[in-house]
Amino acid sequence: MFKGMKYLRKNDAIMLGFAIVLFAVLQGLVTGRVLSSFWQLNVLIIGINIIMAVSLNLINGYTGQFSLGHAGFMAVGAYVGVVLTTNFHAPFVVALLAGGAAAAFLGVLIGIPTLRLSGDYLAIATLGLGEIIRIVIMNIEYVGGAAGFKGIPHLTNLAWVFWVTVIALFFIKNFVNAQPGRACLAIRENEIAAESMGVNTTKYKVMAFAIGAGFAGIAGGLFAHCFYLISPASFTFMASFNYLIMVVMGGMGSITGSIAGAFVVTFLSAALASWPEFRMIIYALALIFLMFYRPQGLFGYMEITNMGPFRKIFGRPQAQKLKGGKADE
Amino acid sequence: MSKQQEKRPLLEARDVSEVFGGLKAVSDFNFHINKGELVGLIGPNGAGKTTVFNLFTGVYQPTTGEIRLDGRSLTGKRPYQITQMGIARTFQNIRLFSELTVLDNVKIAFHNHVKYNVLEAVLRVGRYYAEEERIEAQSLRLLDIFHLKDKAGELAKNLPYGAQRRLEIARALAAGPKLLLLDEPAAGMNPQETQELMEMIRWIRKEFGLTVLLIEHDMSLVMGICERIYVLEYGMVIASGTPEEVQKDPEVIRAYLGGE
Repeated sequence: MFKGMKYLRKNDAIMLGFAIVLFAVLQGLVTGRVLSSFWQLNVLIIGINIIMAVSLNLINGYTGQFSLGHAGFMAVGAYVGVVLTTNFHAPFVVALLAGGAAAAFLGVLIGIPTLRLSGDYLAIATLGLGEIIRIVIMNIEYVGGAAGFKGIPHLTNLAWVFWVTVIALFFIKNFVNAQPGRACLAIRENEIAAESMGVNTTKYKVMAFAIGAGFAGIAGGLFAHCFYLISPASFTFMASFNYLIMVVMGGMGSITGSIAGAFVVTFLSAALASWPEFRMIIYALALIFLMFYRPQGLFGYMEITNMGPFRKIFGRPQAQKLKGGKADE
Repeated sequence: MSKQQEKRPLLEARDVSEVFGGLKAVSDFNFHINKGELVGLIGPNGAGKTTVFNLFTGVYQPTTGEIRLDGRSLTGKRPYQITQMGIARTFQNIRLFSELTVLDNVKIAFHNHVKYNVLEAVLRVGRYYAEEERIEAQSLRLLDIFHLKDKAGELAKNLPYGAQRRLEIARALAAGPKLLLLDEPAAGMNPQETQELMEMIRWIRKEFGLTVLLIEHDMSLVMGICERIYVLEYGMVIASGTPEEVQKDPEVIRAYLGGE
């Protein structure tokens, strides 16, 4: 029935089916007022954080380029989005796409010079750039400066967040399971060997950076339209660091891991919101224990589709199983 | 011999020098290799053999002189561009994509031969499925040649040493080269493995119509399969010719065994 690579199409159908069921359940919980408005907001934030973590994972985990300025790209998307919807009454989808495109464009612009750096140097350069973006926004009077941008229409709802998250997940999953994504993985594993195999390493680093930044921009647009007001204070270095924690906690190079990381971190900080004095302590302790016992993160390089019982559902057809170890998405 | 000289060489180096600070790693290096030849590059440790490979593959740029592939200059080309032009290599210190599967290691090297774009990949439309199937089939065929097919799903880092060396050659072949550069392919192999490797190199050369240049310390391998040999010492060619000529050369004997 599914010859050759076509079993991948079957897997995509199963995942999409699961997404529809999950959406129906969540929408039911929201419409039926089972979730308080506090938890309704947190469901949205979890979705937005999943987009942030997965897109950062493409840069940090898959391509191996340590970026610490992800909140900066989110800020660009957020501000472009709110200006378009509030001041120009543009449709939400246009605002989101424009925010994503602006962030991706900035990603290319910043990526070309900085991606020559590696490791610690790149981390420090991107950290600086994230701060520059924030401080530039803070000094633009048109968007409210440090006081923030007020009067944003409340356009973000569960359907928007959920389906944009699904699109982001499919996009990045398909990207890393095709030749461009394999080129990125090769760069992470061994840059000299990748170049020797014909991979234009600069091009693929910038591409990963731009895609990651673009989705961060879209997530920024979704985030901004959850609130009446946004301010540059939402996009500090601490926010970038928070997304990095989600990626590292889940596993660098695992989409499942990023979803889990975003969920755990967001859920923990929401659940502990009433005890702010313990929040950071518990958070820090959880990280220390994780690094002790599972330094590769919750999932390492693994995806849920090749774990335990799920291998039967998502694996290759028996006839074309690869010998030795695990394989494939 | 005269017939060979009429043809334009596949790869040619003219008066190439490479200077690192005050050190002349390679000086006045003249070299050519014709289509279909199997040439060896030997010399004591630190003679500059790997530097020559790095010059040929664009990792280093020559300080002076010029390198031409099929008559086209390699000056200013980046390594990936040279790979696209038709040179693939293996590494002395193995450089596999160690956290990826054996199959993915080979698939990556098909990079320049994949005919779908990013959009087709992300949306999984158009040529995506057909091309993925083709790459996988070709990768598995290469793995089969190198007796690695039953390890296709294994992580590259978990392979034994000899298998990692074979995987490097399979990966280099996947890039579709005209000229294959092998940097000490038999390093760390036992005599039987070396023997098998010799057979394999002979076979792939014929099967893929390749030109092969290899660096090797194992004299039995070099003398056994190379048609011509260049001997390097202190970055200079001290002798070149057929294995018999080189073996008798007093300069070579002095370089290897020491002299007055």
